Amino acid sequence: MAEVFTLSHVSKTYKNDGKEFEALKDISLDIKEGEIFGVIGMSGAGKSTLVRTLNRLEEVSAGSVSFYGQDLAALKPAEIRKVRRQIAMIFQSFNLVGQRSVISNVMQPLRIAGVPHGKRKEKALGMLRVVGLEEKKNEFPSRLSGGQRQRVAIARALAADPRVLLCDEATSALDPKITGEILELLKEINRKTKLTIIIITHEMSVVERICDRVAIIDNGNLAEVGEVNEIFRNPKSEAARKLVFPSNPFDPTSSDSRLIRIVFDGLAASKPFIAELVEKTGRKVNILSANTKSVGGIGYGQMVLELPENKEDQEIIVNFFREGGLSIQEISTVTETSAGDHKRLNNDSEKGETQ
Amino acid sequence: MSEYIIDAIKTGVVETLEMTAFSSILAYIVGLPLGILLYATAKGRVLANRPVNFLLGLVVNVSRSLPFLILLVLIIPFTRLVTGTSIGTTASIVPLTVGAIPIVARMVESSLSEVSPGIIEAAASMGASPIYIIIHFVLPEATPSLFLGAAINVATILGYSAMAGVIGGGGLGALALQYGYYRYQEDVLWTTVTILILMVMFIQAGGNLISKKSRK
Ligand SMILES: Nc1ncnc2c1ncn2[C@@H]1O[C@H](COP(=O)(O)OP(=O)(O)O)[C@@H](O)[C@H]1O
Ligand SMILES: [Mg+2]
Repeated sequence: MAEVFTLSHVSKTYKNDGKEFEALKDISLDIKEGEIFGVIGMSGAGKSTLVRTLNRLEEVSAGSVSFYGQDLAALKPAEIRKVRRQIAMIFQSFNLVGQRSVISNVMQPLRIAGVPHGKRKEKALGMLRVVGLEEKKNEFPSRLSGGQRQRVAIARALAADPRVLLCDEATSALDPKITGEILELLKEINRKTKLTIIIITHEMSVVERICDRVAIIDNGNLAEVGEVNEIFRNPKSEAARKLVFPSNPFDPTSSDSRLIRIVFDGLAASKPFIAELVEKTGRKVNILSANTKSVGGIGYGQMVLELPENKEDQEIIVNFFREGGLSIQEISTVTETSAGDHKRLNNDSEKGETQ
Repeated sequence: MSEYIIDAIKTGVVETLEMTAFSSILAYIVGLPLGILLYATAKGRVLANRPVNFLLGLVVNVSRSLPFLILLVLIIPFTRLVTGTSIGTTASIVPLTVGAIPIVARMVESSLSEVSPGIIEAAASMGASPIYIIIHFVLPEATPSLFLGAAINVATILGYSAMAGVIGGGGLGALALQYGYYRYQEDVLWTTVTILILMVMFIQAGGNLISKKSRK
């Protein structure tokens, strides 16, 4: 599949009053046509900076960003403006023109693209129909709810048939129910039109819900990139672990015990493997946390288990799960970081930024 | 009050309105684009340009810090050049306009600066040019604030017109000075002052109303 964006060794250094800050450090990745690509990280990680290099709202300090093989840095102002018409963007704060009606907001990119007036209106109405807000066409944004405003912003973004949609924390100002509806809408648009969508978020739940692949940004570094399913099952970087591990397991009973996380997919979930563990090995574990969720449309279960203190017992248990085909990760042993710390870290990763 | 004085007050009202209206319009014809330029060339804005912004800012600041009364005197040769005279209503319009331009420019700049950077970013992400962004995003979004600013500016110009009248003649200001101060006719003084106050209140209320009506 064609590459929509190719980032190669992208770095970005902000310079303010002699002070330098490296917001992006040597980031290389590809975004493929038709995929929903997530970029996740904590507040201040550099996600917005990264996404803004994609339409050159932000110039890179080193490295290059190309859009369908074309190096963005080489474009003249008029040329980059033309390219931007193909790279639509929506925002956390919607950024609609409050003094203009809904339809007039949606017509704006068509006007910029030089579409004649009559056609503009027709196209804009069509887009409003797609987002389910045709009857609000003459309203002003101040009279709409947050979810409706974001729908208008989506209609506006897609009005001039862009090839990519960038979403910078597009659901972060919305409640969970509305977030779900907006994500559904985006997913449906992606399915129907094969539009490439890039989703910036600090919430793992957003990524799990609709992204095919995800890049984890940690402190300006690309910590990990890959299929969402794969990262959920088997997070390799510390940043990824923080994101996917359950946020608040019970405290372990002993400070010497070893904690592991096991992940099983929908098929294995029907197997009573904790019971089998006891039956076959005679070893017991303590379940500190257990849940199921849908990641990329596949049902997964995960558990945080506290293993007995005896090292031999621990090996037997871990081997039993490995042989059963479950993926296993160590959670920082209680002696390294206290259980309290572990909890706090995970909670932080769930909150992230809200503005 | 004699009929003669009542007539004089009526003429004064008309002259004051004329001076205020013409000066306001002229001041906006120059001050609005100047304010837009001040805004657009500032750091981080769509047409950021340090030298231009610095120069414009300097001119505006210097002319704004000049007391209006001093400007009235300094500008007399220029007024003569433009209008052929330095007294009367028409002549007063020149210093009024010149004095109001920097005030208008700053007010416009401040109104435009209130527009959320997010809206400008959205516009830029659509591929809009800087000029397009100003015309189709910034100006519409700032409209209510521009009206509010205009009410304050017109009221200020009205106040200045009274001062201009003192030097060049014409309007309620000249009348108040002539009768109220030189001839101790307190009733004329208070009548003109009351009319001036009412006019300012009326302009302010009108501006507020228009601003409110335009806010969606
Ligand atoms: N214009 C700027 N000047 C200096 N530092 C900036 C600027 N923009 C962002 N930063 C810094 O870069 C880092 C990354 O910011 P951002 O990309 O907005 O993070 P995120 O979107 O992941 O929360 C932050 O530490 C932020 O303070
Ligand atoms: Mg951000």
